[in-house]
Amino acid sequence: MSDELTRRKLIISGLAAAAGVSGLAVARRLADRYALIPPDSDGIYGIGETLTYASQRLLMSYHSLAREFDRSQISKVIPVNGPPPDNDTYQRLRAGDFQDWRLIVDGLVARPSSFSLADLKQFPSRTQITHQACEEGWSFIAEWTGVPLSYILNLAGMSQRAKYVVFFPFDQFWDSLDMPDAWHPQTLLVYGMNGEDLPTPHGAPVRLRVARQLGYKSVKYLARITVTDTLKNIGEGLGSYSPEIGYSWYAGI
Amino acid sequence: MLEFRLTPGMQHSAVVRVTHWITAISFLGLLVSGIAILLAHPRLYWGETGAVGTDSLIDLPLPFVLTGQSGWGRYLHFLSAWVSLLTGLVYVFSGVLTEHFRKNLLPAKVDLSLRSVACVISNHLRLGRPTEDESLEYNVLQRLTYLSVVFLLFPLMIWTGLAMSPAITSVVPIIVTLLGGQQSARTIHFFVAVALVMFLVVHVAMICLAGFRSRIGAMITGNAAVRREHA
Repeated sequence: MSDELTRRKLIISGLAAAAGVSGLAVARRLADRYALIPPDSDGIYGIGETLTYASQRLLMSYHSLAREFDRSQISKVIPVNGPPPDNDTYQRLRAGDFQDWRLIVDGLVARPSSFSLADLKQFPSRTQITHQACEEGWSFIAEWTGVPLSYILNLAGMSQRAKYVVFFPFDQFWDSLDMPDAWHPQTLLVYGMNGEDLPTPHGAPVRLRVARQLGYKSVKYLARITVTDTLKNIGEGLGSYSPEIGYSWYAGI
Repeated sequence: MLEFRLTPGMQHSAVVRVTHWITAISFLGLLVSGIAILLAHPRLYWGETGAVGTDSLIDLPLPFVLTGQSGWGRYLHFLSAWVSLLTGLVYVFSGVLTEHFRKNLLPAKVDLSLRSVACVISNHLRLGRPTEDESLEYNVLQRLTYLSVVFLLFPLMIWTGLAMSPAITSVVPIIVTLLGGQQSARTIHFFVAVALVMFLVVHVAMICLAGFRSRIGAMITGNAAVRREHA
């Protein structure tokens, strides 16, 4: 009698465990399919990251606009984190006023292309006054002018298979965006700041601006944009340089 | 001389005990990681923006030691926040369903009179020990404190925390504009955290005064062993 009970208990708990494990596996597959798992989802911290990222992508509109401000609210003090790239390529381009600079767009696109600064400036532009917070805690408001990334992605003919857009700058701080943020109307390739050309310390000639994420997602000193369906083979496979130095890939917080 | 006696009276329910300890651990995680994040920029501002070079509201007497090194703090903060939030939801739902809040935490109208509150306060100030009967249920100060922690301070932490999120405020901008801006939200987040830490200090001090082992035991096993003093 008690033997049978124990056996039954064992079978039931075995089945329950199997159901639990396969349930989790199915949930993970589904979440992955609907792009709800961030590339830095491994380990104990990955649980928190996945909950944050998945719940925001599930519950929030892809098109919600970050707040925009009045010209009078533009900050007078705009700090800079880190020096511009000190490699020869960047220094040479900068010395030539970025005349020879080209933004390369490749990967999963129908028409791999490259654009000069003049090319970008003649495309339709968007100007927005937005708030940018650094993960450290400080923040500022500035006016940004640039080409919506969506315009460039359309121009290059992004493949249906695309899942991420990767941004390679002249320094090591490469990063990537998922489709909702890549196609967001406020995601810009910025060449102007507060009515002037983008200053070198702020990422000249062109930087990314991601209005719905913390400052470190707005990659400076852009060189190349690659469209891809996987981040596994880039760097350590965590989606950007930030997780390699301890900061999360998704910075919408 | 002290001895302990088991009373069938007030006991902590299993949900209260489990959620209490998970909250304790996740609060510790939030506190440690919160300090780490603060040490990247221990300066507080009011309004939308603020940075070194602008006027601050308060320059905390702390060093900028974790600038660019508090990534682990951020990972740990959000993981602990999720644990704390989900645990809190279980606690609040069960507290409403079992009428724990109404029966054990909502002060009776008579106890809210100035005189009775003053009486409890003066008892505290004179470090008077509660009688056996008194220690079987929460007095009006305890009730008000626990209710404010659960229904005021924790919700404020969540609100001000979400108000710092550029993604969430793009959907519900009112949560940040109501507070006066993203930096105001950060500053309020800090001060509510200070209030919670002050609660924790007093809470632990009271547990030590009331008998550390018996109170900790009560929150682990549910058995409310009450201290009885022999003349």
